[in-house]
Amino acid sequence: MSIVSLTDVTKSYPATDRSGGVVHAIDNVSLDIEQGEVFGIIGYSGAGKSTLVRLVNALEPVTSGTVEVDGTDITRLSERRLREMRLEVGMIFQQFNLFSSKTVAKNIAYPLVVAGVPRAERVRRVAELLDFVGLADKGRSYPDQLSGGQKQRVGIARALASNPRILLADEATSALDPETTHEVLGLLDRVNRELGITIIVITHEMDVIQSIATRVAVMEKGRIIEQGNVFDVFSDPQHPASRRFVSTVVKGIPDAAEVTALRSRHTGRIVTFSFRDGDRSQADVFVELARAQVGFELVYGGINDIRGQAFGHLTLALRGDDSAIDEVLRTIGQTIAVTEAA
Amino acid sequence: MEQIIDLLPTLLEATGETLYLVSISLVFGGVGGLILGLALYVTRRGGIYANRSVFTVLNVIVNFFRPIPFIIFIPAMQPLIRPVIGTGIGNNAMIMAISLAAIFGISRIVEQNLVTVPHGVLEASRASGASRLRTIWSVVLPEALGPLILGYTFIFVAIVEMSALAGYLGGGGLGSFAIQWGFRQFEPVVTWSAVVVIVIIVQIVQYLGNTLARKVLRR
Ligand SMILES: Nc1ncnc2c1ncn2[C@@H]1O[C@H](COP(=O)(O)OP(=O)(O)O)[C@@H](O)[C@H]1O
Ligand SMILES: [Mg+2]
Repeated sequence: MSIVSLTDVTKSYPATDRSGGVVHAIDNVSLDIEQGEVFGIIGYSGAGKSTLVRLVNALEPVTSGTVEVDGTDITRLSERRLREMRLEVGMIFQQFNLFSSKTVAKNIAYPLVVAGVPRAERVRRVAELLDFVGLADKGRSYPDQLSGGQKQRVGIARALASNPRILLADEATSALDPETTHEVLGLLDRVNRELGITIIVITHEMDVIQSIATRVAVMEKGRIIEQGNVFDVFSDPQHPASRRFVSTVVKGIPDAAEVTALRSRHTGRIVTFSFRDGDRSQADVFVELARAQVGFELVYGGINDIRGQAFGHLTLALRGDDSAIDEVLRTIGQTIAVTEAA
Repeated sequence: MEQIIDLLPTLLEATGETLYLVSISLVFGGVGGLILGLALYVTRRGGIYANRSVFTVLNVIVNFFRPIPFIIFIPAMQPLIRPVIGTGIGNNAMIMAISLAAIFGISRIVEQNLVTVPHGVLEASRASGASRLRTIWSVVLPEALGPLILGYTFIFVAIVEMSALAGYLGGGGLGSFAIQWGFRQFEPVVTWSAVVVIVIIVQIVQYLGNTLARKVLRR
């Protein structure tokens, strides 16, 4: 059963000034997120990602549609029941949003105080969480004494305090440098694997999706334009916006400008072979080319690994007899995708 | 110099009266201003209890009363002060006048300091399951405490000023002391003794406020 289920959800904001119209931040979105998965939502700034994730813990009310969390439609809950529900849903933020007037330990204890957990139990739980995020010696520090990565660890510890079943991460690594991003993503991966917490990751960075998500939805103008397994979307994106995102981390089929650049440096016909896990191996392709006495040179592309599955696009410059090349491309084209640059 | 020694008990009494006027007014004005400032903060657009009509009404009231010069404010408030205090002059009437004026001044300072608390921090509190009220008292107010203390220190000086004026219009304290025994008797040294006492009081409070704010802000 889905742990989060959105059905025909819309969210509009009234016009902020007289000239502007109503903003449809979320436009008829349906989405199911399964227990235990890491679900990525990617889109450019303004696509509606932050709004969408705030519907899941009802920080924003929906305009229409239903949002089910753990089988309960939260759009109909009283304020009181909503507060109980929020203990089941942790949240972390791009700007960390720590309480600067409270120590690290008090930040982490906050959801426990809210939930009415007795003091002794709070102290025990905070120590456990500090340990989990690797900040056992920082309990008495204040947030402004920590680095960005440490702040986000505190944010994660605070979000986990009430033992939630779901963690919402809104651009949680966007304010961090690549190395710290890697560390924080590693921690989120542990949260998912060791604690079994379902994570919804919002980002505009494809490599975040690549490193931890199992499924992904691509958002544009308040709509989900494509969704599926991360491997499928990466290896064969359908929508132009998805292709643009994929192209930020994957060297795909070279576009016209890239082909021109390749032609200036290489002679021969420029052909791209697209491999996917389970398809024919690269070695077979090279064997075929050699057998047809076609010369080849690797000029562009690479192989990617997504959670143990490989795919990639290799672009070769082929030299030899034109009809022999046509013949061998036909043969290879029967098993994998072959694209020749015009 | 002799006049000062003769007047020393009167000066001390006047100092006591000023401290009394100022501290009671600061309590009433401080609490009232905090409540009004919080009301402005929570009802403004995007606020935690956003309510356009309530905000507009409060905003107009504050904008109307706040700029009234205090020397006009006291007579203007007479219709309100007389029924409550029983008289329009004297220390208690002046405490009421100062408190009312302070409420309007402080409310803006409170509102302005609270809006500097980042929205995301409120979101983090709400996402943790906290109610709106809890978010206000356990997150918003502590996060803004440093600037709030500085704001109240600033207001203290304004209240001392008002108390001196109030003394002129029928209250006691250092203001009336300086007028009565200094100015009217052509004794600048006596006037200046009141000035020195006021400067000392203000300096002490300023120091305490700064120290406390620094402690809260940890810098
Ligand atoms: N409180 C709000 N009031 C009015 N418009 C809003 C509000 N929050 C978001 N929006 C609008 O909704 C759209 C989606 O915003 P957001 O969800 O923040 O996008 P993202 O997180 O993908 O960058 C934007 O056009 C934004 O201007
Ligand atoms: Mg956003």
